[in-house]
Amino acid sequence: MLSRVAERMYWFGRYIERVENTARLINVNTNLMLDLPKVKYIWGSLISITGYEEQFANRFSSADERNVVKFLLEDESCSIRKSVTMARENARTSREIMPNEAWEKVNELYLYLNKNINHGVKRDGRHKFLIDVMNQCYELTGYLVGSMSSDIAYYFIKIGRNLERADMTTRILDVGCLNLLNPDHPEITEYENILWMNVLKSLTAYQMYRQHVRVRGRGVNGEDVVDFMVKDQKFPRAVLHCLGEVQRCFEALPNAEHPLRSVTRSQRMINKNDVIVLLNSENLHAFIDDVQLDLNDIHEQVATTWFSHELGGP
Amino acid sequence: MELKNYKTSPQIYDELLTQKNRARHGLGDLAKFLKKSSLKDLNTRRHDAELAIRTMGITFTVYNEGENIDREWPFDIIPRTIMKSEWQRVELGLKQRLTALNHFITDVYNDEKILKDKVVPRDILASSRDFRKECVGVMPEFGVWAHICGTDLIRDTDGTLYVLEDNLRVPSGVSYMLENRNISKRVLPELFEDYNILPMDDYPTHLFDTLSSISPRPKDFPEVVVLTPGIYNSAYFEHSFLAQRMGAELVEGSDLLVGDDDFVYMKTVEGLSRVDVIYRRINDQFLDPEVFNKESTLGVRGLIRAWKKGNVALANAPGAGVADDKVVYTFVPDMIRYYLDEDPILPNVPSFICSEPKHLQHVLANIENLVVKPANESGGYGMYIGPRESRRRTAEMKRLIKSNPRNYIAQPIINLSTVPTLCESSIEPRHVDLRPFILQSERSFVTAGGLTRVALVKGSLVVNSSQGGGSKDTWIIEDTKRSG
Repeated sequence: MLSRVAERMYWFGRYIERVENTARLINVNTNLMLDLPKVKYIWGSLISITGYEEQFANRFSSADERNVVKFLLEDESCSIRKSVTMARENARTSREIMPNEAWEKVNELYLYLNKNINHGVKRDGRHKFLIDVMNQCYELTGYLVGSMSSDIAYYFIKIGRNLERADMTTRILDVGCLNLLNPDHPEITEYENILWMNVLKSLTAYQMYRQHVRVRGRGVNGEDVVDFMVKDQKFPRAVLHCLGEVQRCFEALPNAEHPLRSVTRSQRMINKNDVIVLLNSENLHAFIDDVQLDLNDIHEQVATTWFSHELGGP
Repeated sequence: MELKNYKTSPQIYDELLTQKNRARHGLGDLAKFLKKSSLKDLNTRRHDAELAIRTMGITFTVYNEGENIDREWPFDIIPRTIMKSEWQRVELGLKQRLTALNHFITDVYNDEKILKDKVVPRDILASSRDFRKECVGVMPEFGVWAHICGTDLIRDTDGTLYVLEDNLRVPSGVSYMLENRNISKRVLPELFEDYNILPMDDYPTHLFDTLSSISPRPKDFPEVVVLTPGIYNSAYFEHSFLAQRMGAELVEGSDLLVGDDDFVYMKTVEGLSRVDVIYRRINDQFLDPEVFNKESTLGVRGLIRAWKKGNVALANAPGAGVADDKVVYTFVPDMIRYYLDEDPILPNVPSFICSEPKHLQHVLANIENLVVKPANESGGYGMYIGPRESRRRTAEMKRLIKSNPRNYIAQPIINLSTVPTLCESSIEPRHVDLRPFILQSERSFVTAGGLTRVALVKGSLVVNSSQGGGSKDTWIIEDTKRSG
């Protein structure tokens, strides 16, 4: 397979995942606001999750609900609209590889989004709009799983999807920790339970967490949530699970030595650290930073191994 | 549907009906079918065709339409028909023509015999925009430069088929020809039972064989790729279609590189992989920034070097466009006599070469009754049709011709033949041309029929899809009817 096509498949996987995650993030936080009307600065933390604080500050003076939602829906840097446009562009230029219906579904999503994006800004239409967007993403992913052979093209979509997923999980956890450990807003600790539940819901993890983490008397607390979301092997959005999926794809690809080494190193690092100890010593943020650096490194390895080529002959 | 009101005219040849509104030889069943179908029925079939086009995703691209660059392919369901007995002669004529053209290209880049013998004037080549000095001395496999040719044919009042032009650079349209057949099989299945219509869907196989035969590694299974300028090109649909049907990779310039060893490689997830044959759908000027347009990002640096060393085959070969010039066109009948010692089977449209003083005088004096064409344009751009132009445009045209006579030829107006076409509320005659595709390497092949383009606007002679034209399926019909 051509490197360019592989690269487009990879980014297609990432962007579709990003659309779904961003939509869920907005939706869950909208619900949270209804529970915590006093805590205003939570919207700003959504911008921290994306890492585009600067772009946001250039456009808006305050991080209120309307501005943040607008930014996440339609800004040029990292919005849902941007991600859908990029996913569509990647699909459009690889139409000979992807099933035709998949292209049609991406196109539908794109048209739906451009027509209805205003519904997402106001609270009354937002829920339905975001659910529609998420459902279209599920439909598309389901379609690819059901109709694409497990060959190179599919592996690259899957690698993209899982790296993006792991990345988003770490970002959401990071912001969760920052919120709770924020010395400027000591009042937040009284809502700890609700905030961590919110983190789980942002990751569609609340039910699975309840089923798998059976502790009593501690409520939903940071230690258990972070431990589950980083180290669980079975939950699809847990970092270690995502890395396992990525690893299995690497094993099926040619010349995978460097990327494999990189993913194994990251898995080992995560297993070695005891999250509960970290959280107590406030080193959790540094740990999550390390995980993110590892994810970046894996991405770099994928890009240099399969997408770019040195000039000058084989 | 009544064909009684179908207006044939004594100046225009209709492909289906005679002056007396009788079906031409062999076409009775088609005429009868149209007569007995109601408008409602035909509209249902048209609707089915549109639906098929949408779901099959058959699109073409128009420049300058901003975001919405893919348009659905305009298609008319009533086929254009030619009897096989006539087609066999056309086929021979097309092969003869392309053979002579390939002799000519080899000759002008090597021995220059035809120039020395003054059959073709030397200054015409010297001023040709598509003469590539980089190609001098090169001799591609089988002496073939133009492996894929799309030749435009038109039919005049008396029924004679003329060659209007030969497209030797990157002719397009063949994918639409194939898709048109798929659509008409869906919407007019009963007619395929009545007639023996020659199949055409083996074209991608013949194309692949032609391309394989020029591989520099004849013993191995060749790596053939289709080189596209990318998604924004008007023929991207076709590039991806042909790649898919041949099982070849569809590559862009940035997917390829020329190694220090002067071989061409494509970048794959397995590593670099050698390429043998490139079916390039990029114009010469953009092929290699090392040799041609330095700014080109579409091409591959070093490609011409690799090609000249014989390490990779290019189809069509760079420089083949020298024979795709409307002034050179006027000499094709002479080439056929000169190289093949045969009489041309298919005639040229009589043409005036503006660079010849006598012709120029005639053209300027009679411009209102002539068609004037720039020598190096395609797609109908820059064309002047005398009787239809404003006085201002006529004056402008005269000025352009005088300032650069070499760049223009003029031809009498040919009343393109018509074919019944389903319009708003009736069947009406619309003008058509025909582009068959010819393949040549060690063997030659001609498609059974070609792409019939139709001017959908009443009375219009412009058939280009970029300028409001549509298309029809083309049926080459066996003269004896299907038995039983």
